Amino acid sequence: MAKGMLVDLTKCMGCRGCQVACKQWNQLPAEETECNGTYENPPQLNWNTYTKVRFVEGQNNGNFFWRFIKTQCMHCKEPACASACPVGALYKSPEGATIYNESKCIGCRYCMLACPFQVPKYEWHKALPTIKKCTFCADRVAAGKKTACSQTCPSAALDFGEYDDILKKAEDKITKSPDRYINHVYGKEEVGGTSWLYISGVPFDKLGFNTSLPNKPLPHYTWQALSKIPYVVGGLAVALTGFWFICKRRDEVQKTDNK
Amino acid sequence: MQNNEKAIRLVTPGTIVLWLLILLGAVVALYRFTQGLGASTNLNDKFPWGMWIGIDVLSGVALAGGGFTIAAAVYIFNLKKYHAILRPAILTAFLGYVMVIVALMFDLGKPHNIWHQIIMWQHHSVMFEVGWCVMLYSTVLALEFSPAVLEKFKMGGGLLKIIKAFTIPLVIAGIILSTLHQSSLGSLFLIVPDKLHAIWYTPLLPVMFFVSAVMVGLAMVTFEAFISSKTFNRTLELDILSGLAKAQIVVLLIYSALKLGDMSVRGSLASAFQGTLEGNMFLLEMGLGVILPLILLVLPNVRASRGGLFISSLLVVGGLVLNRTNVSVIGMLEGSNASYFPSWMEFAVTAAVIAGGLLAFRIAVKYFNVFPSHEKPAQHNRPNPVKNTVPVLVP
Repeated sequence: MAKGMLVDLTKCMGCRGCQVACKQWNQLPAEETECNGTYENPPQLNWNTYTKVRFVEGQNNGNFFWRFIKTQCMHCKEPACASACPVGALYKSPEGATIYNESKCIGCRYCMLACPFQVPKYEWHKALPTIKKCTFCADRVAAGKKTACSQTCPSAALDFGEYDDILKKAEDKITKSPDRYINHVYGKEEVGGTSWLYISGVPFDKLGFNTSLPNKPLPHYTWQALSKIPYVVGGLAVALTGFWFICKRRDEVQKTDNK
Repeated sequence: MQNNEKAIRLVTPGTIVLWLLILLGAVVALYRFTQGLGASTNLNDKFPWGMWIGIDVLSGVALAGGGFTIAAAVYIFNLKKYHAILRPAILTAFLGYVMVIVALMFDLGKPHNIWHQIIMWQHHSVMFEVGWCVMLYSTVLALEFSPAVLEKFKMGGGLLKIIKAFTIPLVIAGIILSTLHQSSLGSLFLIVPDKLHAIWYTPLLPVMFFVSAVMVGLAMVTFEAFISSKTFNRTLELDILSGLAKAQIVVLLIYSALKLGDMSVRGSLASAFQGTLEGNMFLLEMGLGVILPLILLVLPNVRASRGGLFISSLLVVGGLVLNRTNVSVIGMLEGSNASYFPSWMEFAVTAAVIAGGLLAFRIAVKYFNVFPSHEKPAQHNRPNPVKNTVPVLVP
């Protein structure tokens, strides 16, 4: 059954153990750091960094806050990337992971354009590059294990399990502690729902989440156009043949009249 | 006429520039295929599509729109006077598609996998539709131009007869495929409602792309007639050109009404006048590429003058390129939270692809019978009586 992950932002302490675990499990090389005024490191998600904790400082209701937000592929229920891919190199597994098969990929990067979270990253340095992104540890999950990040999380900020249980947990937490959490499970409705869910004490727009996303799954927007193709083809075939016949006939009639 | 075209030289001061551009493009290509897209372009993880998609592919396909438009006029609506410009229009469309495919080879990360489109179907992808339309319509265009090649190599027999017999089905297939392809390039951006600026994002994007492709197709045919007349010493058929101009007025009107109507219904009209980069680029695109040529073409004096027709068609072509660049690059910057300006190597490849197209057209005119030889010079400002055309084969 489909898995889910709950990220409780009130519990994350910014240790970044998840980043290290992810690099270890996926055997990704370390990256040279650069100082950008925060404790964040490495600078951004890219071809060899599938997850990264963002550090956000700000004010909410006059109170100072410092929060740590793990970012990675959200594993949408109806992924825009998978619907965009012309060769089916990206697909949704029954376990809920959005998986990339590099042997099919042609490198058009429409998935990167389509992703509302700007997650798929590219090997820009390679002559024949592939897409890189979080795999939801599909290999570990298939073997009955937790994802590497949630396995390593020491503060129980990451909770991995069956999607339905995870969603229920998120909602229960909010109901039980309305003072601790704002009443919003990020990822429950956004772009039709994502396998990764976030709960927080600070409004999501103050934490750099994209809160203007539609609740309609993005593939539905393109399907509205694609689903009309049969009618366009049929209609045009009939109309064009009709016009051709009428115009030809008119010409013939004119010629006979002239005679 | 025939002799005139045989005398076309492939090495002249002008074409040497084209050859040099192609050489530069080839060197950059070598660099791109050894060092990667990161070293050769300014594309990045936040901005995966740039100039090669915006200009070479999106604009390139639209500029090839003259092919199906003129084929429809001649074969479906039986407007015989346009027969004279059919072959050059088909040739331009075919070369345009070849240029798009070449440019795509630079842009794709794994161009050697392009054939995957044939066997790995994913019909929920707009890119799947785009890929199939390119494959099928290029084939149709090749078949539509093939009589010129078959004539040349004296293979006029059975093969030519077969192709001739299938003229109408081929033309109808070409129009359907073009309609799908032009509109699907707009549909590509339907999946980014949160990224594409509200000035351009609308569920009607496919319709906008289709109508503007017809609009620019007509302008391109006009533009090309002028270039050919200068380059190949051909007479201009003013009658044909002012007919095209009248058709352009209609399509420009339809496009303006659609675009401005849609914007006012969606409430994005105001954002065009706020002095933002997006707003100004839109005003430029709409003002110079649609409204100004519309005003010019409505004036009978302009329609009757060669210079006026040339300028207005040039404006429409420029406006279209601006529109496609706006949708795929300018309109996507803010929503992607990205910055992007093409590298010199991206410019070099685009220039090389265009240079290649121009040279290929020249070569085709030299060796094949692209311009029908029965035309007569146009009398000044007087409509030509339509000659009873010898049925020059599909196009």
